[in-house]
Amino acid sequence: MNDLKNKYTVSVYTEDSVGLLNRISAIFQRRHINIISFNSSMTEIKNVQRWTILVLTSESLIKKIVGQINKQVEVINAYFHTDEETIYQESCLFKIKSSLLFDDRQIQNIIKESNAIIVTVNPEFFVIEKSGRTQELDELYQKLNNYGILQYVRSARIAVTKSALMISEILTDFKKNKNE
Amino acid sequence: MSKITGSEAVIKCLLKEGVDIIYGYPGGAIMPVYDELYKYQDKIHHVLTRHEQGATHSAQGFARISGRVGVAIATSGPGATNLVTGLADAQIDSTPMVCVTGQVSSHLLGSDAFQETDIIGISTPITKWNYQITDASEIPEIFAKAFYIARSGRPGPVLIDITKDAQFDKIDFKYNKINGVRSYIPVPKINIDNIKLAADLINNSKKPLIVWGQGVILGNAEQELIELVEKTGIPAAWTILGASAIPTDHPLNVGMLGMHGNYAPNVLTNECDVLIAIGMRFDDRVTGDISRYAKQAKIIHFEIDPAEINKNIEVDIPVLGDAKVTLNELLKITFNNSHEKWLGEFKKLYDIEYKKVIELELNPIKKGLTMGEVIKEINIQTKGDAAIVSDVGQHQMVACRYSNFNKSKSNITSGGLGTMGFALPAAVGAKMACPDREVIAVIGDGGFQMTIQELGTVFQTKAAVKIVLLNNDFLGMVRQWQQLFFDKRYASTEMINPDFVKIAEGYFIKANRVTERKDLANAVEDMIKSDEPYFLEVVVEKEGNVFPMITTGSSVSEIRLS
Repeated sequence: MNDLKNKYTVSVYTEDSVGLLNRISAIFQRRHINIISFNSSMTEIKNVQRWTILVLTSESLIKKIVGQINKQVEVINAYFHTDEETIYQESCLFKIKSSLLFDDRQIQNIIKESNAIIVTVNPEFFVIEKSGRTQELDELYQKLNNYGILQYVRSARIAVTKSALMISEILTDFKKNKNE
Repeated sequence: MSKITGSEAVIKCLLKEGVDIIYGYPGGAIMPVYDELYKYQDKIHHVLTRHEQGATHSAQGFARISGRVGVAIATSGPGATNLVTGLADAQIDSTPMVCVTGQVSSHLLGSDAFQETDIIGISTPITKWNYQITDASEIPEIFAKAFYIARSGRPGPVLIDITKDAQFDKIDFKYNKINGVRSYIPVPKINIDNIKLAADLINNSKKPLIVWGQGVILGNAEQELIELVEKTGIPAAWTILGASAIPTDHPLNVGMLGMHGNYAPNVLTNECDVLIAIGMRFDDRVTGDISRYAKQAKIIHFEIDPAEINKNIEVDIPVLGDAKVTLNELLKITFNNSHEKWLGEFKKLYDIEYKKVIELELNPIKKGLTMGEVIKEINIQTKGDAAIVSDVGQHQMVACRYSNFNKSKSNITSGGLGTMGFALPAAVGAKMACPDREVIAVIGDGGFQMTIQELGTVFQTKAAVKIVLLNNDFLGMVRQWQQLFFDKRYASTEMINPDFVKIAEGYFIKANRVTERKDLANAVEDMIKSDEPYFLEVVVEKEGNVFPMITTGSSVSEIRLS
């Protein structure tokens, strides 16, 4: 049971430090796990970074990996969640020949129905942007791919969790312990 | 306040941390620091090892016997890469060590400059923490942090890489010791409820077994462990890094766990009803096949590192925290007890092992000398007071199995990494940390030749280590496996060896060779009596095997006696 693979979103709160990424990615690499997507960003707390790492692995492994991430000195705390436990978004850009937009009305319907945004249009090409869940992006890709895509790029997943993560509390605890 | 150079700041940081011995090897990118070491030589003794790997192992030996942070220093490029084995060894064996490397000047970083290597990148997975200093003003804080991280919680190695310009630049020096890092929790909070649950299981158990590891030694919890064992009457067995935390002759010390451990604790691991693991990490060499490890038992795990809980073995009750504190809490609520009948089972199995293995090893009737009888002779002559520093292989298993230890921190060996070449430099470090202790390096002919150059360090420092070479002209452990599992195809395991006595004498170290049993006792006596470094080669039987043995894929209870 434990060996069933599932998508897990790993959220790592870290200090802003050079080289930490290498240290964390090594933990996945040691266990021969590929990272599907990786995002690093600022957070609600000053000078604290949040990494969102998407991986496909088993529950028993992800528990151990997150334990090993957690013990790194510059990691404030790390968590793992399933898709159901997070609100997540990914986004993507499509660059498509402009002639298609004018020659084929169907493509306009696809864009409208998918709630994609037209970012720019010029005589040679137009660019549309779509944010959403993995499957929505996949579907739009399938549809547009029939018409030919000049360029396609997709961002890493970003996710917030339904449950509270208590990072501020952890940081406050540290201050309290230090002053004791 | 007058400004000082970054390199002088490095020395001042070391002094502030109480460092008085460091091991290292100079070179271009670290020369400013060496220049300061020259000025401060009355305060810090720099030991010139003959290879940077030797410096790390010496620092490890220093740390393991004393509990203090060992320090090694090297230049950039090859100097830094030569530290890698020692860092990995210290990481897996939780040894507190700070390594300092020089680096090319910051404006040259990334340009493939002479002797530039990305030692931060290389050392990342094998350090507890590492940091590159490119600005001299960072030196005091980073050193304070490095020492704090290396020794706190579960200890480990830290590497600081300092660019050459940062060594030259001038700063105002102010040193504040660090007692916390925001993102780092060295000792997890204690959960008293889990300790109560543990006590409950222990108090109601019929066949409990304690298995302890190095965490007891690192946490200075030897006394608490002994009190627990004596109060509850629970038999206790050890991993090789845990050896010596309870004296060998303690009646409740039931011996060594794992692949070449004792028969009784391995077999009875699969018969106990409660397994109490303390400061150990269920290494595969201890557990054998994990799917058949102590399945019948409730398992309690005392551990400081949360990442070790359920890593290899699923446990019923984790007890996080420092072993000294958690064991003290446990002691308050465990009952006085004894388990005579259960202990009798250990005795029964010990008798079987004694007859089939131990007696033949310690009192052999065959012609060739055994490794075991050499260890026995050392026991007799040192009365169990020596620190035994072993290398890796057959002789290591024999040394760990048969050495008598009266006091803690007496068994220094490379456990997790299995680093051949560890013992000679580690013994140098151990002897310098504790000059009053008898330090005996027990080494095989293979491992000896991996760091044989450290005889030069022994000679130059006059560190009075006693070196016992158990020579079978084979890479013995690999040969044993070839005999047992590869139909005796001895691929590249036989060694044509030099005259080791002449080599030792070439370094002006007193040396002797024993080839016959009748000469062994006197030879060991001469070695122990010497107050100088001493080299003793004992030519042992060529194809001796170490038993018992849990073969790969077997369960602990399937341990073989032959």
